[in-house]
Amino acid sequence: MKTNRKAEHFVAPVEETPLLATDAVKTDDAPLSLWADAWRKLRRRPLFIISAVMIALIVIVAVFPGLFTQVDPDNGCVLANSNGAPTEGHPLGFTFQGCDIYSRIIHGTQASLMVGVFSVISVLIIGVTLGALAGFFGGWIDTVIARLGDIFFALPIVLGALVLTQLPLMRENRGVGTVVLVLVVLGWPQMARITRGAVIEVRNADFVTAARSLGVSRVGSLVSHVLPNALAPIIVLATMELGVFIVAEATLSFLGIGMPGSVMSWGNDISAAQASIRTNPAVLLYPAAALSITVLSFIMLGDALRDALDPKSRQR
Amino acid sequence: MTTSDVTIHEAGTPADRPLLEIRDLAISFTTGSGEVQAVRNAHLTIMPGETVAIVGESGSGKSTTALAAIGLLPGNGRVAGGQILLDGEDISHASEKRMIELRGNIIGMVPQDPMSNLNPVWKIGDQVKETLKANGRPSGPDDVAKVLAQAGLPDAARRAKQYPHEFSGGMRQRALIAIGLSCQPRLLIADEPTSALDVTVQRQILDHLEKMTSELGTSVLLITHDLGLAAERADKVVVMYRGNVVEAGPSLELLQNPQHPYTQRLVASAPSLASRRIQVAKELGVATNDLLVPGDGGAAKPAMTEDVLQIQNLSKVFKLRAGFGKSTDFTAVDDVSFNVKRGTTTAIVGESGSGKSTVAQMVLNLLEPTSGKIIFDGVDTSVLKPKEIFAFRRRVQPIFQDPYGSLDPMYNIYRTIEEPLRVHKIGDKASREKKVRELLDQVSLPQSTMQRYPNELSGGQRQRVAIARALALDPEVIICDEAVSALDVLVQAQVLNLLAELQSRLGLTYLFITHDLAVVRQIADHVCVMEKGKLVETGSTDEVFEAPQRDYTKALLNAIPGARLMLPPEVA
Amino acid sequence: MIQFILRRLLQVIPVFLGTTLLVYFMVFALPGDPIRALFGDRPPSEAVIAQLRQQYNLDEPFWVQYGLFLKNLFTFNLGVDFTGQPIADTLARVFPVTAMLAIEALVIQGVFGIAFGLVAGLRKGGIFDSSVLVLSLVVIAVPTFVLGFALQLLIGVQLGWAKPTVGSNVTWGSLILPAVVLGMVSFAYVLRLTRASVIENMNADYVRTATAKGLARRQVVTTHVLRNSLIPVITYLGASLGALMGGAIVTEAIFNVPGVGQKLYQAILRSEGPTVVAIVSVLVLVFVLANLLVDLLYAWLDPRIRYEN
Repeated sequence: MKTNRKAEHFVAPVEETPLLATDAVKTDDAPLSLWADAWRKLRRRPLFIISAVMIALIVIVAVFPGLFTQVDPDNGCVLANSNGAPTEGHPLGFTFQGCDIYSRIIHGTQASLMVGVFSVISVLIIGVTLGALAGFFGGWIDTVIARLGDIFFALPIVLGALVLTQLPLMRENRGVGTVVLVLVVLGWPQMARITRGAVIEVRNADFVTAARSLGVSRVGSLVSHVLPNALAPIIVLATMELGVFIVAEATLSFLGIGMPGSVMSWGNDISAAQASIRTNPAVLLYPAAALSITVLSFIMLGDALRDALDPKSRQR
Repeated sequence: MTTSDVTIHEAGTPADRPLLEIRDLAISFTTGSGEVQAVRNAHLTIMPGETVAIVGESGSGKSTTALAAIGLLPGNGRVAGGQILLDGEDISHASEKRMIELRGNIIGMVPQDPMSNLNPVWKIGDQVKETLKANGRPSGPDDVAKVLAQAGLPDAARRAKQYPHEFSGGMRQRALIAIGLSCQPRLLIADEPTSALDVTVQRQILDHLEKMTSELGTSVLLITHDLGLAAERADKVVVMYRGNVVEAGPSLELLQNPQHPYTQRLVASAPSLASRRIQVAKELGVATNDLLVPGDGGAAKPAMTEDVLQIQNLSKVFKLRAGFGKSTDFTAVDDVSFNVKRGTTTAIVGESGSGKSTVAQMVLNLLEPTSGKIIFDGVDTSVLKPKEIFAFRRRVQPIFQDPYGSLDPMYNIYRTIEEPLRVHKIGDKASREKKVRELLDQVSLPQSTMQRYPNELSGGQRQRVAIARALALDPEVIICDEAVSALDVLVQAQVLNLLAELQSRLGLTYLFITHDLAVVRQIADHVCVMEKGKLVETGSTDEVFEAPQRDYTKALLNAIPGARLMLPPEVA
Repeated sequence: MIQFILRRLLQVIPVFLGTTLLVYFMVFALPGDPIRALFGDRPPSEAVIAQLRQQYNLDEPFWVQYGLFLKNLFTFNLGVDFTGQPIADTLARVFPVTAMLAIEALVIQGVFGIAFGLVAGLRKGGIFDSSVLVLSLVVIAVPTFVLGFALQLLIGVQLGWAKPTVGSNVTWGSLILPAVVLGMVSFAYVLRLTRASVIENMNADYVRTATAKGLARRQVVTTHVLRNSLIPVITYLGASLGALMGGAIVTEAIFNVPGVGQKLYQAILRSEGPTVVAIVSVLVLVFVLANLLVDLLYAWLDPRIRYEN
């Protein structure tokens, strides 16, 4: 409503708010790429530091178990030591079979980690390829891949693994390979879904259209612009899945359909410990703790990465 | 009303006592890098029934000041000093309980974005009802319908049963206005209430808002970035810059006689107030008339008569899925024909859904026309082979609207500008670097920008990088799709100047897609007005602005904020 | 809405057919005698094998076999187990037990997950929020069977607050401990999802507008934040049923719950392939149908979904 009330005309002294040049480029601080920015954020997070150190340690244990224990985990078992308490040189005591628990945990690291790493790499290759194709090209490719994913997705991982491991072929060759195969067959749709979503989000960005109008081919723009920008959620999921797959392996081994008994793995040890759980909980608790700490490290790393790579925290 | 005539309003405020008075207000935010002052020494006064506008660029503190007045600062913000006096009561540190009493009843709010401010899972009527209920007013279906009808929503009783996603943007904004005014507050805070809407809708809604508030005697605090709109709608204008109030006064006086250098700058660049084509070309020795009348160009541009682009009977039909395998046709572009002369700027103007961007996509050969031809330099682009398309891309380049979306965040500026050279295998590494440096000079960015990443630059700077990338291949035609729409006024003027300067220096042809007629006037030689896929009017910019032939064009022109202000020409 | 239901049904059918086909193909389309192969080195009596051959119509072409398998599945004609007992009878006995366990676990993870997530999200950055966040990571990292043994040992054996095993006499109360174990991992995910969702919605424009209308905070939270935040959580709860079924096998084995999971586990230990396949097929059917229900619930909560194409 316009009134004819007289108002005074106020002007602030220019010195109070000196005019800046319109849209000047700041030149003071160093240039920062998104990865460098994420790294800077990560370095300050205790969650990241703890999990990174833990993972480094676990990898060293897996690769060089001999550095941590001299005791033979398999053949050094003496039945006289059955369910024995910790003694000199055997800090965690003995299993029902009289084997050294500490040594078995150290030597079991390798199998768990190998299953996790191989599964994640395979899931990345299959899931990212299919997800990126589906998301980027859309149309019938998307429909086929999405429906295929739905079918595998409707098979809960343990149930699917039960069926898969019943196959004679799988039964006869049980080992790291079959467990990885089961996890990959049932695990790829999740990765494909995440990739597809991330790719769709980037696909229609103006910078992709700009690249296309520069003469970059469709596949070229997918590889050089879309995928690098869709990477953050993929990295986060891959890190978390490493943990999830290690748990899955242990669960399958616990159910007796994972690693064969001859392979030393935490899952097998926990499964074998059921018998003596009431008399000697240590047999169960120590490998369980090793398993949980490993998984926790990967989940924590994924969580820290998610925060650091979150596009929402990037924008100024 | 005179000062001696102390009348008591229905609500009990003497008419000469300010309804809202902000004194020395300071607001600070706690961020990761410490305390940041967003507002310093802000002050303003709103008398009962008065409309006051705060004008400023993004980051000037205008919205923060308004939010403080209704106690809605974000969690990390706080009032660090000063007072907010509502009818004499300091509410700057009022209890949450007191604020809940005031909100809705005494202070209403109409927020900015109609798309995100209604809860998508509740019916419109429920969202009105809860407002009435929370403020102790009758809230039956009839009351709800009445409130919606008053805000100009047709068929209100039925509409109340619909969800927000069934409403158009304009209707949602009407619903939000209905909510803001439903309890007849004495102060209404309107934060950019129409900036997300098309100009013609914007005009209707602002007219209606003005009518309602003057009937109710409501004071309005209007937040806007548009000086023209502020001057047209408010009694007083307060100009904010970097958190400070730099100037305040009666609207017209402030426009005609701006005192602070910032206000002067703002008045000079406001597109809605400017009336003529940017004069850079003139200063560089090319008469403005030469730009407007093709064929009279200097020796530098021998081919002004040549139609570099001919759009002939262009149509685009999209198939929309309607579920169960059925599909309906949607004609986005309907039989559009126009020519673009080399070295000139042709603007395509239209509101959302007019098909203007679809035309741009087809000209860029990113979308296939359903029918019709696009003839570039004598060749129909729809029949090009892949290799020819690749060559075509060197000659026609785009600049997009969103400065945050048009640069790959993973590429630094050097890689961004170098990419077209690399893709087209032009030069070796050293010569490409030299070219990138030249391009940065051309768009007035320091060469040190090369190592930076897009997220470190402002919107205007990103847009200049996008221009440099578009220029890298020495194109003949540049398609600007809303290239300056997302920028603040001053930055917008700067980028428009840069574009004009580059055109006169390099003889570029621009096809300028925009919804903003005010910008058209500043930059274009020719205008094509589109409505719902059809071309409704074409002509030289002066013809269209001085003597529009179609009602739609007239309505568009009339809706430019500030268009009706009578200003002496030297101000504009 | 009816259109939406029809469309969803049309989408569920291919998924169900595809999944069962996948299961069936893997088991029965391989060279050799699948029945003998499925039993490994401990073949059952010839009578059982003959019954199974008839059950799975192994003399018919593959597509006919699959069609009859589906028909049998829908008529709950699931064949016989190792001892010649009809599997359908066994399932009818054990299924209610697992349903009870799953419902209890679903309620625990839903109610506590949403409640904790809501409080954490509303007090983002506070002590409760930070500790709950770290704890939820720990819960996610500890495998179900480890947690199961640990709680069985601690609460069941050492503290004696609950019976360490359930046994044949199943009651709602006796299932609490297994249900807690079963729901724990999803509880952590529900909590984190609710928290993230609440934080996002608290920053939504419509929540600010609701406050500006003069609504009290409690009202803003219940009508605007909570309902909108529940939408992604409901979807997750549906998907988590799959994890629940897998978890039920482990949990029922640990706590000796006479449910579907335990039957399945026993079948695995005894290398009874056909029984495993039959039970898994039924569970997949349940999973797909449950997710269809969740989709409908989702559409009811979010009106935008109903109109989407």
